[in-house]
Amino acid sequence: MSDAKSYEPGHHPSLPPPKNLVGWQRWVWDNLFGTVTNTILTLLSIYLLYLILPGILDYFIFDAVVNASSRAECAELGSGACWAFIGDRFSVFIYGFYPDELRWRPNLTFILLILALIPVLYDNTPFRKYGLYFSLAFPIIAAILMVGGVFGLEQVDTRLFGGVLLTIVIGVTGITFSLPLGIILALGRYSNLPAIKVVCTVFIEFIRGVPLITLLFVASTMLSYFLPPGTNFDLLLRVLIMVTLFASAYMAEVIRGGLQSLPKGQFEAADAMGLKYWQTMRLIILPQALKISIPGIVNTFIGLYKDTTLVIVIGMLDVLGVAKSAVSDPVWNGLSVEIYVFVAAFFFVCCFGMSRYSMYLENKLHTGHKR
Amino acid sequence: MAKPDANKKESEIAIEVLQMNKWYGEFHVLKNINLTVKRGERIVICGPSGSGKSTMIRCMNRLEEHQQGHIYVDGIELTNDLKNIDAIRREVGMVFQHFNLFPHLTVLENCTLAPIWVRKTPKREAEEIAMKYLERVKIPEQALKYPGQLSGGQQQRVAIARSLCMNPRIMLFDEPTSALDPEMISEVLDTMIDLASTGMTMLCVTHEMGFARKVADRVIFMDGGEIIEENKPEEFFTNPQSERTKLFLSQILGH
Ligand SMILES: Nc1ncnc2c1ncn2[C@@H]1O[C@H](COP(=O)(O)OP(=O)(O)OP(=O)(O)O)[C@@H](O)[C@H]1O
Ligand SMILES: [Mg+2]
Repeated sequence: MSDAKSYEPGHHPSLPPPKNLVGWQRWVWDNLFGTVTNTILTLLSIYLLYLILPGILDYFIFDAVVNASSRAECAELGSGACWAFIGDRFSVFIYGFYPDELRWRPNLTFILLILALIPVLYDNTPFRKYGLYFSLAFPIIAAILMVGGVFGLEQVDTRLFGGVLLTIVIGVTGITFSLPLGIILALGRYSNLPAIKVVCTVFIEFIRGVPLITLLFVASTMLSYFLPPGTNFDLLLRVLIMVTLFASAYMAEVIRGGLQSLPKGQFEAADAMGLKYWQTMRLIILPQALKISIPGIVNTFIGLYKDTTLVIVIGMLDVLGVAKSAVSDPVWNGLSVEIYVFVAAFFFVCCFGMSRYSMYLENKLHTGHKR
Repeated sequence: MAKPDANKKESEIAIEVLQMNKWYGEFHVLKNINLTVKRGERIVICGPSGSGKSTMIRCMNRLEEHQQGHIYVDGIELTNDLKNIDAIRREVGMVFQHFNLFPHLTVLENCTLAPIWVRKTPKREAEEIAMKYLERVKIPEQALKYPGQLSGGQQQRVAIARSLCMNPRIMLFDEPTSALDPEMISEVLDTMIDLASTGMTMLCVTHEMGFARKVADRVIFMDGGEIIEENKPEEFFTNPQSERTKLFLSQILGH
């Protein structure tokens, strides 16, 4: 207190905060040692980590084997995880059964996917407008590249799709198409026009009320009863449609929640200004409703992405499917931990990425404090 | 359409309400409303809470639908015809109690949105007009901020500027100051007084009696869904006719 200066009333300047209020020391104090309980919990956690961590590190890193050609060899070389197995199976994990000599096509598609995503995800991308045109065209380009059969590209049977490739195809397609479809369904259910409202409500309730597995079975078996005989409608395409419809029903409800949370005054102000329905929705209502719904939307995306593993029940081999079949390989018999850790890591990276992006987006769209 | 007398009528009558009735379900909110507003006239509407003031002025740009009678705005009748509704909404600006600014758009974007999309004004020109009105309401320096970063009084002035950007011939105000802290009320009222001096036709629901005295040509008192009394402000305040008006005035002026 002794060195505190005194100022004339009304002339007190803004001073920097005292040192112990900022910086990492403050963080450590606040979060780890601030109270007796905190200190005890921190010490306990450190002790637990001390017990568990060495074993985990040994198993996964220090005692792990990277180069070997069979399980037996792995066991000789080290007591830890046998990553050699993953290395051996790597190409099946990634590409499924996609023909070796055509793998440049999925590779190229993947690169294009990243390029198509950049302008969608970041609004300060240079030449964003043209980038977005490319993003719009991307699904068609991707389909042509992956399946072929036109422009001199050799046709690839979609039954050969598998592993990461299949997961990404289903996941990205589902995510891409379920959002716009979900928006339309949500607006439909929110609409004042009874016919549209009933159709959308029935659709949403029906799709939500049925397990995804059932829809996949319908896609794989029953649909051929309904379709005129002779039409051969690709199984993967049917699955993509079912997954998209399924996710869009959830999406619609998430977005409807956002719509409902907007004050009525927003609609009234737009009406009073003479904006038309679609202008109001596009310029005023949806930007706000979607922003509010970001956590729910990303939640649905992540759920959808993980649900793609269900295609295994109709005989498609996504990452998890390939993993399962690899576990039963006699040469590598019994290495399920490595496989499932690998699959878990793959899904975690994808889903955590989506989650982080959504946090970035929420931050960016935050405009001033709420009143 | 172009009957000569209709044209003449349009030139001097801004709003005409004839025997208008409205119900919410079973509840009769507006009872036999008759009102003629001349061009350039400034009308203050007051009355106890729930008397139907908001409902009445919201009928005039079809935010609410009336079930009986006729409403003519700028010579156009309000019916279910969307073309008429759009035409009227282009000419009628509205300012709300809770501002209803669009929080995801900047102040400037709030102001240019309707001119660009409804009037098809080029963006550059719309921005110039918006800046002109933001200067008029004395907050040009806030143009690039978001509404959430402004005080209540500033937000309401933005809302007024936003309406003016559509270059309306009639302005409706629904309790524009009643969500504001006392020290912000006067900045909004000053803006409205300034607007009144330009000859704008104004209908204003408010309990700011000082404002009514200063700018109103007529004060209308509503109760129970009816227009009970209408008079010049001086007469209205000093010599109210009905008992209900006297009671109301004693309540709001009494302390
Ligand atoms: N959407 C609605 N459905 C049913 N009743 C309504 C609706 N809106 C308003 N009312 C009722 O109509 C009556 C008139 O409402 P209105 O909002 O016009 O009153 P007001 O005079 O503006 O009151 P205040 O001074 O509180 O704003 C009230 O009794 C109200 O409860
Ligand atoms: Mg009201």
